[in-house]
Amino acid sequence: MAALNYPSDLKYAKSDEWVRVEGDIATLGISDYAQDALNDLTYVEYAVEPGAKVAAGDAVAEVESVKASSEIYSPIAGEILAVNEALKGEEDTINADPYGKGWLVKLRLSDASGLAELMDAAAYQTYCESR
Amino acid sequence: MGYIPHTDVERRQMLAAIGVTTIEDLFEAVPATHRFPRLKLPAPLSEVEVAREMLALAESNEHAQDFALFRGAGAYHHFIPSAVNHLLLRGEFYTAYTPYQPEFSQGTLQATFEYQSMMCALTGMDAANASHYDGATSLAEAVTVALQVTKGKRNKIILSPGIHPHYREVVRTYHQGRDVQIVGDDAPAQAAALADLLDDKTAMLAVQYPNFFGQIEDLAGLAEKVHRAGAVLVVVANPLALGMLKSPGSLGADIVVGDAQPVGVPLSFGGPYVGFFACKQEFVRKIAGRIVGESVDTDGRRAYVMTLRPREQDIKREKASSNICTNQGLMALGVSMYLALMGKTGLRQVAELNYHKAHYAADRIAALPGYQVNRERPFFNEFLVRCPQPVATLNQALVAEGIIGGYDVGQDYPHLAQHMLLCVTEMNPKEEIDVLVDVLGKVK
Amino acid sequence: MTLRMTMPEQVATPEPLEPLIYELSVPGRVGVNLPVCDVPAAPLPADLLRDDLKLPEVSELQVVRHYLKLSQLNHAIDKGFYPLGSCTMKYNPKLNEDMARLPGFAALHPLHDTEGAQGALALMYELQRWLGEISGFEAVSLAPAAGAQGEFAGILMIRRYHLDRGDTQRTKILVPNSAHGTNPATVTMAGFEVVELPSDERGDVDMNALKQVCREQGSSIAGMMITVPSTLGLFEEHILDVIETVHNAGGLMYMDGANMNALMGIVKPGELGFDVMHYNLHKTFSTPHGGGGPGSGPVGVNAKLKPFLPGPVVDILEEASEPDESPLYGFVMPSKSIGRLKAFQGNFGMHVRAYAYIRIYGDSGIRDVSRHAVLNANYVRARLMDTYKIPYPRYCGHEFVIEARLDGAESIHALDISKRLMDYGIHPPTNYFPLIVPEALLIEPTETETKETLDEFIDVMKKIAVEARQTPELLHTAPHHAPVKRLDEVRAAKQLVLCCAPALPGAAD
Repeated sequence: MAALNYPSDLKYAKSDEWVRVEGDIATLGISDYAQDALNDLTYVEYAVEPGAKVAAGDAVAEVESVKASSEIYSPIAGEILAVNEALKGEEDTINADPYGKGWLVKLRLSDASGLAELMDAAAYQTYCESR
Repeated sequence: MGYIPHTDVERRQMLAAIGVTTIEDLFEAVPATHRFPRLKLPAPLSEVEVAREMLALAESNEHAQDFALFRGAGAYHHFIPSAVNHLLLRGEFYTAYTPYQPEFSQGTLQATFEYQSMMCALTGMDAANASHYDGATSLAEAVTVALQVTKGKRNKIILSPGIHPHYREVVRTYHQGRDVQIVGDDAPAQAAALADLLDDKTAMLAVQYPNFFGQIEDLAGLAEKVHRAGAVLVVVANPLALGMLKSPGSLGADIVVGDAQPVGVPLSFGGPYVGFFACKQEFVRKIAGRIVGESVDTDGRRAYVMTLRPREQDIKREKASSNICTNQGLMALGVSMYLALMGKTGLRQVAELNYHKAHYAADRIAALPGYQVNRERPFFNEFLVRCPQPVATLNQALVAEGIIGGYDVGQDYPHLAQHMLLCVTEMNPKEEIDVLVDVLGKVK
Repeated sequence: MTLRMTMPEQVATPEPLEPLIYELSVPGRVGVNLPVCDVPAAPLPADLLRDDLKLPEVSELQVVRHYLKLSQLNHAIDKGFYPLGSCTMKYNPKLNEDMARLPGFAALHPLHDTEGAQGALALMYELQRWLGEISGFEAVSLAPAAGAQGEFAGILMIRRYHLDRGDTQRTKILVPNSAHGTNPATVTMAGFEVVELPSDERGDVDMNALKQVCREQGSSIAGMMITVPSTLGLFEEHILDVIETVHNAGGLMYMDGANMNALMGIVKPGELGFDVMHYNLHKTFSTPHGGGGPGSGPVGVNAKLKPFLPGPVVDILEEASEPDESPLYGFVMPSKSIGRLKAFQGNFGMHVRAYAYIRIYGDSGIRDVSRHAVLNANYVRARLMDTYKIPYPRYCGHEFVIEARLDGAESIHALDISKRLMDYGIHPPTNYFPLIVPEALLIEPTETETKETLDEFIDVMKKIAVEARQTPELLHTAPHHAPVKRLDEVRAAKQLVLCCAPALPGAAD
């Protein structure tokens, strides 16, 4: 089994989402740990559409594998700019490239304070390895 | 004794392996104050005695093998080819569990896939599940789907009063803990008038086809109105009637549910029956219950497996839309066997036999003084008769002549007191119908 | 690590094990002998008729061979050992099948007049009484169609009980984290919120957590659902304390009776203080599982909840006038009933089978069922203890869980052991449940298995443990001797072929 990746430029939530912040734009996806635990992903459904406002902790999507299902929460507040439609039918992209082409939603940050709650890569790795 | 195979010697060997002296030692965690209570049950009986006692109980019932049966109202006496029962008694089918291990359950899985296919064919839908408990719970589950599809923004459910009264009660039982408004039952029975209740809070409208009174409602145009209002059209259908009638799918239904009891399942005093649930492709991820899909094994051989599993309670737990676990597997299997035997022409033939015989009976009863047959709409194998006497009185006279008469509709619809719902099937030869008519004509 | 395997291009696709019934179809073939129409034909309503019906066209013999072949692709209790935990795969007596098919039962209309259905009603009345006696409950309703529906009925009754007292604040139901998925799903379905409770190191409910929740949120707790013995096969050691704690907070206690096969004549849940439970007739009372159903899930309640039972229930309408006569039985709706759960009155065919089963065992035999179910489980447990990790060091009920992680065979998962068992003709135990045990295998032998069968299973399990260390690949690629190999479940979920093409409207005949 290949070692799991924890890119250092990202922030991580306890519920296994990652966030990449560029200016006031945040991209969100699920971590390598999460895709590995879920195994082959077969379905993604978005709970939000572009333009929707979300609060920190709101569900934005649901991902499914053969024998598991997981809700994806936005750890930060903002306005949804885009959802990754390219994943429909190509859900294995999340398994192959969770931090790149496997992103789920992009949002415009309305309140950056939520970011402070998130873990850095080292803390998240420690957290994952203790589970 | 019973079905326990242990000998004294074996029990001693097993207890020694465990390291205890008596079986009772294994129950130390059970509070001593409540351990090993006395059971006030009857004494054990031999197989001979049990069979004798139960035969006596069975024979004290007035059943369709001894009586001419003209009662339907949601449960129907139809011909079931002998092959169905013989095949259902294969222990490999009925003593198997849910096919969670596909390598060891291809029989059940493929049969279920074929059942789903047949249900799609009958209803004109894209997908079907492996079944629900019965037609009523299928309808209740359709409500859940409609609420989900409309994302919780709509909570009004319109039910036609022409839906079986038990089905409507079950919908209310199922949704009593939720914020749902169930309306329409008190409106006129015609489907068209129900459409006036549609609004932007309506999640679903449901009608029965043929309805509880046997009438074939005019669904044409209804779907368009329901869809324009942004709601889901659910049709509760009789699968035997679908042997001849246009499929609800071709008339615009989004979800078709019902009980498949008429196509291969015995009356059995009300159960087990089998609720079918079929829908358009777009709803398939929202529906409850087991679903079998086609795939291949690692050799590339075509094989079947339960799929879309993350919808189910064992995975989604408190987030699942339904707690359903079992389907009516064995009944669904019997239904597929029945439909395979009947086939395309046989099912049509049985449906038409029902139609012709019911119409013959209706015509003859209509000619009796004091009886009025409701002909507002075309009917299938049931029809509503206004009688000159209370239905109970008529049924008493009929039983004395070896006939089980129609259902007393006034029990559920007060404005239809003294109305009998009669059902005539391929099991009623002409002579039986003639005797029914004669007796009805003679009751004073 | 992926289950998806691509086929080497040069290998021809193997033939399906059995064609689909649609693939056997030949236009014009008929499989049934129907009566001719003996009445004048009525004009058909042309505008209402369909012009297509995509059903297969096959002969009776083709149908018989098709389903016989399909049956042979299944594993079943009648074929071999089936130690599937939490499912109680005991022998399904053949007498029961004959009884359910007696015309007096099988051809009885559900809406038949009371007077003409006295035999069926008497049977249901007695079964209600016997089930109540076995579990120590005041009243029983046979209405629920399956265990999950019994759970739903139970939680709805708890809801109505509180509302009836004018207490509208109770919105939560406690559920241990070892519970069957149906429990939390039921809670949501009934409109409640789930509060999950942790388990302690002995596999019991964590009493400190329970007491804390009841202290802090007591007035919002409607009740608790708990399985006894637990899904780990363990009898809750503090059960009386659990019940008292929840009762003191004003909540009611629901017992999931899925594991009743360990308790008959051992302890009565009603006497322990439970307010309501469901029975699984298809587990404890030998009615067949049918490849996924039908089930039957009667509910038993104490006096408090009796008025809320789902209906109809059978009661005595008129007492017998003479001692040797029968009373008049009939259906009644309990005064504050939660309502109907299905059309008509429960899965009667299952009631008939359960009646026959209880009648065979009687007062002296029913306890033996549970005694031997527990004996068998403990025997297998004791003999596998040296080979496999068994997480809870105490006697089990009718089933036990092993943690399928073997030292020196790190690549082996519970699933691999399961699939390898098939090669020896044994159905795998329940996999990955309960969720709180990693790599769980839940083993339930049931009382109807002989010592020889158990010994053979034990030998096979030991042999597999050796194979796991010596030839792990043998397990990874198992089963080798089942009708098919492991399935591509990803493809099934992504391509979604849910019915065969010939059945689709518009497809060619």
